[in-house]
Amino acid sequence: MNQPSLAHVLQPKWRTALQRIRKERAEGGGGKLILLTVVGLAFWAGVYGVLHVILRYFRGVEELGPLLANKMLGLALLSFVSILVLSNVITALSSFFLAKDLDLLVSAPVDWLRLYLAKLLETAINSSWMVALMAVPLLTAYGVIYRGGWFFAFYAMLVIVPLLILPAVIGSALTLVLVNIFPARRTRDLLSIIALGAGAGVILLFRMIRPEQLARPEGFRNLLEFIAVLRTPTSPFMPSEWATRAIMGWLHGPFDVQPIVLLWTTAAAFIAIGAMLHWQMYATGYTKAQEGAERFIRGGFWKWSLGKVMSPLSVAKREFVLKDIRLFFRDTTQWSQLILLGVLVVVYIFNIKVLPLHRGEQVGFFSVTLVSFLNLGLAGFVLTSIAARFIFPAISLEGRQMWLLRSSPLDLKALLWSKYWVGTVPLLILALILTGVTNLLLQASSFMMVLSLVTIAALTLAIGALALGFGTLYPQFETENAAQIPTSFGGLVFMMTTIALLAVVIGGLSQIVYPYVRSVYEGHGVVVTPWMIASTVGVALVCVAATAIPLMLARRKMEQFEF
Amino acid sequence: MIQLQGLTKHYGSFVAVDHINLTVDKGLLYGCLGPNGAGKTTTLRMIAGILRPTDGRVLLDGDDVHRTPLVAKQKLGFIPDRPFVYDKLTGAEFLRFVAGLYGQDGDVVERRIAELLDVFELSSWKDELVESYSHGMRQKLIISSALIHRPAVIVVDEPMVGLDPKAARLLKDIFRQFVDRGGTVLMSTHTLEVAEAMCDRIAIIQHGKIVAEGTVNDIRTQHKAGDASLEELFLKLTGGAQAKELAEVLGK
Repeated sequence: MNQPSLAHVLQPKWRTALQRIRKERAEGGGGKLILLTVVGLAFWAGVYGVLHVILRYFRGVEELGPLLANKMLGLALLSFVSILVLSNVITALSSFFLAKDLDLLVSAPVDWLRLYLAKLLETAINSSWMVALMAVPLLTAYGVIYRGGWFFAFYAMLVIVPLLILPAVIGSALTLVLVNIFPARRTRDLLSIIALGAGAGVILLFRMIRPEQLARPEGFRNLLEFIAVLRTPTSPFMPSEWATRAIMGWLHGPFDVQPIVLLWTTAAAFIAIGAMLHWQMYATGYTKAQEGAERFIRGGFWKWSLGKVMSPLSVAKREFVLKDIRLFFRDTTQWSQLILLGVLVVVYIFNIKVLPLHRGEQVGFFSVTLVSFLNLGLAGFVLTSIAARFIFPAISLEGRQMWLLRSSPLDLKALLWSKYWVGTVPLLILALILTGVTNLLLQASSFMMVLSLVTIAALTLAIGALALGFGTLYPQFETENAAQIPTSFGGLVFMMTTIALLAVVIGGLSQIVYPYVRSVYEGHGVVVTPWMIASTVGVALVCVAATAIPLMLARRKMEQFEF
Repeated sequence: MIQLQGLTKHYGSFVAVDHINLTVDKGLLYGCLGPNGAGKTTTLRMIAGILRPTDGRVLLDGDDVHRTPLVAKQKLGFIPDRPFVYDKLTGAEFLRFVAGLYGQDGDVVERRIAELLDVFELSSWKDELVESYSHGMRQKLIISSALIHRPAVIVVDEPMVGLDPKAARLLKDIFRQFVDRGGTVLMSTHTLEVAEAMCDRIAIIQHGKIVAEGTVNDIRTQHKAGDASLEELFLKLTGGAQAKELAEVLGK
């Protein structure tokens, strides 16, 4: 029997993508496209600029320069591969086992190899496009600084493609094995293993690389030891190391064809092994994935704990909050990311702890205050990312149930109220812990502690409102995966607006912090000037407006929703 | 009582519902028939307050669904044709949540949940996540959720889809008892036998307009159809030629 081509099997995917672009264009999405292009290019330019400066400096250092450039590329590519493996495991779960088109494809007379290759390609594209885009400014900077020539662009693609294929094959194979052990719909266990594995992987990666030692050459006994560390491959059996050797061989010499042959042959061998695994295990795994996740849930934990605390609220608000909390903790795609988030917060606090501020002699008051102050912006950025992931999709995720909410006498204010507080309260707790602990580690003054805590609280309330507001203004009712919603255009606008808010608040507060630092430094009392008062009031007003206006706009938008 | 006054809905230049005027009196089981794409679902979704009409209004016992939504919707129970429910709630939690949306809680709601789940034979499933329910069980749960707050009006889109014969019969009995006690049911259906057997009055909609309205006998008289069946009447009013062509194509 004639088999459909791979392109034919993938046809619904690319046709859907094309239709989306056409629809955007028909709806006058030209402005969106321009904005996305400008932001994308600005981001690329920023990354490129930083790398250009670093690599130019490396090029100027004899002997050590190329080694440092080599090490940096190795670390970057190793990070890419690690991220890609995790991302592929999660994507493969949905594309190989839970996607809606599987019923059709599996029941059709499509042979297993075609199904495997089509789904592998889908997984690879969905999980790698962002990393691939990140690699562009990185490799461009290397190509420009080491004068790789125009042909380097093609050569770099030749190196990067197998580096994207390998994690896709490994990720899909891991998922295949895990699904054969656990049914895919019981993903709570599965994803917690993946998330914990990823968390451990991040920590392991950090410990394996020990990037801090490269920044402290004085920690080595002599220069030779430092050079020896630089010369040692980060991980000789990792494809990222082969890719590094392939690229640096082209750019700095000596050119060696072995790494690129290794990359392609390994990729081909892995695809063959992956296909064999698929052939052996997919049918059983897919059958297991169809098994219902029958779980008997009697526990009324939230009702008896939080329900009692919220008893003064109206029934509708109370039930709505309880429903949101239950759904959050029962939806593995939501809470498994909390584990990763926890790991990132630990890494963040750890980084603040190892800052070389309190080593040896008395540290300058100025440095501590400056870091504590700038930490506000960084914490704000971390909170923005979390809000983008958890609060921004809140309204979009109600899309399929909106028939129930809109046909009931539920006040839209109550719905927004519930969504806002369910998202913002945990964010506020995290914000206060993050800021409080880092200020304690920094040994910041009481003034900075109070200022930071009050500011981060006001910022969190505003960030929560902006996330909910933009999530309502740019809803994605058709997207099933909550993690994909923040990557939309609305998510980008939210991130940009919030970064602008952070800049305004930090800028405004600098008008208070700078005179304070100067007064303490010069040893006289702080004189409160009208300008300082005006700055404080200004910052407060900006935060209030950034909280109230998005919520008002969101409510107005919700009244216009049609389903 | 449901009143539709000049109800109109445009999607761009396409007119989905075109100035529909209709009154469904209290104590009636009213059927809405029509071919695919005739505008039935759009009309029902406007009645439920999910879609905003381009023009006209919907009154439930005199309250405008779009001007005083909170008062009007208190009286309404809506069952859509493609209902999505929260997969990660249990059946009982879902019903409790819906009751909460109507401002009801406490022992009354718990008793009502037990009663409804018992009627629909879902009692043993009440603590299972909805994701493990079959299509028919979900449908029964949705119907229970529409009845949980004791509405005065039920608007239901294709009620029999996915139900086993026993549940379908049960639903017919429930709707009949509901209207006998003074409630109002407006349902859309493709199953003409169901409409003929259950509905006190029917409206046939085509291209967003009502082309016939009344009891089946009224419509027969209006269109001089003798003792034609509802199916024949329906095909006559909505383009039976297409069905004939289809039969020819299938016969090839």
